[in-house]
Amino acid sequence: MAIESIKDRAAIVGIGVVDFSTDIGRTEWYTACQAIKLAAEDAGVDIDDIDGMVKSVDDGPDPTYTGKGLGIDNLLYHSENHWGTSAMMNAVHAVAGGLCNYCVYYQTAHRVSGPEKCISDFLVAREFREDSLDMVRYDFFSPFGLIGEPGYVAMMYRRYMHETGIKPQQLGSVPVVASENASKNPNAIFFDKPITIDDYLQSKLIADPIRELDCAPKVDGSIAIVITTPEKARALKQKPAIITSVASGMALEGQLYTSYTRDVITDLPEMENMAKELYRIAGIGPEDIKAAMLDDTFAPYVPMQLEALGFCSQGEGAAFIEGGDSIRVGGQLPINPDGGSIGQGRFVTTRIVEGVRQIRGTSTNQVANADTVLVASGAGGPADGMILRKE
Amino acid sequence: MLQEYVDRKYRTDNKPAVEANLIKDKVAIVGIGQTKYTRDSGRDELDLACEAIKNAVDDAGLKISDIDGFDTFILDRLALPMLVNSLGISNIRFSGEVSGGGGAGCAVAMHAAAAVATGQANYVCCYRSLNEASGHRYGRGDDFIEYMPVALTPNYAYSWPLGFVTPLGWAGVWGKRWMYEFDITREQIGWWPVVLREYAQNNPDSMFYGRPMTHQDYMESPMIVDPLKLHDCCLNTDGAAAYIITTVERARDLKQKPAIIAAASESCPVEQEIQTVYQRPIISGLVETWYAGQELYRVAECGPDDIDVAQLYDPYSIGGIIQLEELGFCERGEGGKFIEGGDNIRIDGKIPCNTSGGLLSEAYLHGYNLVIEGVRQIRGTSYNQVKDVELSLVTGGPGVQSSGIILRR
Amino acid sequence: MAELIQGIPIMRPYMDQDNQGYWDAIKNHKLVLQHCSKCDRFIHPPRPMCPSCRSQDTLEWKESSGKGIIYSFIMFTSPKMAYPAFELPYAVVLVEMEEGPRISANTHEIEPDELQIGLPVEATFADLPDGQTVLWFKKREA
Repeated sequence: MAIESIKDRAAIVGIGVVDFSTDIGRTEWYTACQAIKLAAEDAGVDIDDIDGMVKSVDDGPDPTYTGKGLGIDNLLYHSENHWGTSAMMNAVHAVAGGLCNYCVYYQTAHRVSGPEKCISDFLVAREFREDSLDMVRYDFFSPFGLIGEPGYVAMMYRRYMHETGIKPQQLGSVPVVASENASKNPNAIFFDKPITIDDYLQSKLIADPIRELDCAPKVDGSIAIVITTPEKARALKQKPAIITSVASGMALEGQLYTSYTRDVITDLPEMENMAKELYRIAGIGPEDIKAAMLDDTFAPYVPMQLEALGFCSQGEGAAFIEGGDSIRVGGQLPINPDGGSIGQGRFVTTRIVEGVRQIRGTSTNQVANADTVLVASGAGGPADGMILRKE
Repeated sequence: MLQEYVDRKYRTDNKPAVEANLIKDKVAIVGIGQTKYTRDSGRDELDLACEAIKNAVDDAGLKISDIDGFDTFILDRLALPMLVNSLGISNIRFSGEVSGGGGAGCAVAMHAAAAVATGQANYVCCYRSLNEASGHRYGRGDDFIEYMPVALTPNYAYSWPLGFVTPLGWAGVWGKRWMYEFDITREQIGWWPVVLREYAQNNPDSMFYGRPMTHQDYMESPMIVDPLKLHDCCLNTDGAAAYIITTVERARDLKQKPAIIAAASESCPVEQEIQTVYQRPIISGLVETWYAGQELYRVAECGPDDIDVAQLYDPYSIGGIIQLEELGFCERGEGGKFIEGGDNIRIDGKIPCNTSGGLLSEAYLHGYNLVIEGVRQIRGTSYNQVKDVELSLVTGGPGVQSSGIILRR
Repeated sequence: MAELIQGIPIMRPYMDQDNQGYWDAIKNHKLVLQHCSKCDRFIHPPRPMCPSCRSQDTLEWKESSGKGIIYSFIMFTSPKMAYPAFELPYAVVLVEMEEGPRISANTHEIEPDELQIGLPVEATFADLPDGQTVLWFKKREA
């Protein structure tokens, strides 16, 4: 019989992070191979034993490049996937399903120094990727000058402000706390000292009401993660981070950031659907989560994720984050203790890395008793995430 | 490098145990659907996809709202949210995209099967929709001059600037090497497209229905890229196809006889490229097909003699014929002799192949039409039905990271 | 015999830190191959890691003898699949270099009926009107 559930059937056993930079000075092929080599070393896995590779479509060279660069004779499982960390589902299925032994998930993106659309494979040029979603955007928004993600988010956030009453000084807690956390994390290169709420309120608006400090900056980075079964994890170097659940969610009338045709546009139904699955598979609830690695590509999504993921009720996100104490380490629900994307740059896999470090107890900003953490990505569109726990 | 392949000895000691494989015999294809295959659909890809998916859902006896997962290729002009919105599905719990173009022809099924087998989703729909005949065409030389003054990625730097710009050309290099090493003749090669065209004459849904071809027609057809002639090359098609995967348990309550997945595999051997796989010790064979096939046989616990019918991904005839060698239906280098005259791949032959006409004569849906025909052979509903089919094999594209699947009753 | 049509540029290669040395050498009428000093292995196409020892800092450029044999080839005869900058017919050859790697290129002064697998060839270079330099292979005495 096919198994009923993927609960606890996979574990993260190795992580490799190439130092982030705004000019990394090497190709993506280089740093992808480098990150995978680091992750294999961290795990204590031989590169020749790697037989699975997964990644997001847009970020980094595809498995033929990395397999070839690393000299791996054959891959039994390889996949790309759409957005965020959705390829992690593939990695879990691959190892839990007995389709490969050691699967690597990697993200490589040199968004500052490399080409804007990162190298990917076979004929994936901007022109060939004119999918219908982009055409919707171009037709319905671009002629009016509504272009670019901060603009799309701003449209939604204006409505959110109207409906919930959230004030800028409340939202400002998100980048302020991120900057504090980032100051402790050498890889979070965008803040070496914290900012204050006043700094935030005086900062530049780029698409009113969205400020520059509300947006995760572009960065060059490369990260790889090794996944295997909990059984195989026992023979390896590190304490495993057990993937107790993994899930993704979509919802009707969804787009990427431009889901304006729904009755309500100020929530994250994809995140809610994903969260329901995550908790159902894991058999736990939001009250069991000790720290959350949320998608802070845009600050407004943080209070919205707190609502969608069940950490507070609808509309209460602003009160939750006000002042920042609830979301600092030591608070009710520490968020992104590593500084998040606002501190490290827009690079979703850093959420997984921080989740793993919290479980291992090796974070630059450790939450006490972090035995269960949640990782989420894809706010504003199809969402995906995991719950990690100590063994 | 690739010592297993060079020695023709597949390692089993470093693979996950067969007992640990959650897909094997536990999931099945329960619904298939397609649109008409034409040269000009007059509709966009989203429209075609919805029709094919609806047909697959009806075929299975399900509702569209039952689907909670999707899988497809990365080279897809549909954005998933638009598809989901058009179909009106309120939540999707799994979605995947596989790279490698047609090589992923069976990989999508494998990933969908894994999602179902691990409980991530209940009914996953694999789909493909394209307007390659009337609209955008992958693989034509003159696309490039408009879009790409610079070879797009580092690996293409070694081919595109040479005017060496299309998969047919890239494949021609290893095809010619195969012909040279084994003294394969033009006459021998022609039997592959000839037999497939015969099959298409019994398949009213094929694009070459009503247009038979003799071996002489083949020999007189023009050369496109030496060594590939016109009839060695696959069609361009407008159309869409879809199929639905679920567990064997759920399959029992549905309309059709399920096509159970006995094994599914992927491969990506070292020095993999998009066809320009020229650095390997041997380039006169399809390394990725061999690996994918070996893994299929290992998991399904069978051999080539147990396979009753095969759908081999043939974007060009040479690619199809070499797969016969790599999958063990004949010895390496014997592909030309094996298909000479055509009988070995005809309906009563040793291994009937591409029984709906394949990618050369039915349609070029990037391998989806092959999976669907593989399912029909299990159900007993093919236009060219092989008797007593127990095991039906399908492969993904050659010359790229590849895949395969074995279906059973 | 790759005859280029005036006024239509050929595509430029995608150059980056991994392969810049290869293209710079061609500009200077030299053929170099990537080489791992640790493994004494020649690697093509150029890449950021030696696939044998997985080292990223033992890769260097070594000049090739330029000599090889034709391992395979194709001829473009139909405009459908050809690149518009080339007169039809034109050939692309895959040459197995003495050092091991195989390189694709156009040919220089080799007639279609002279093309055969096993033909000894050697590298030659051409400066094009648009400023690019390209690698071609011509016949050589064995």
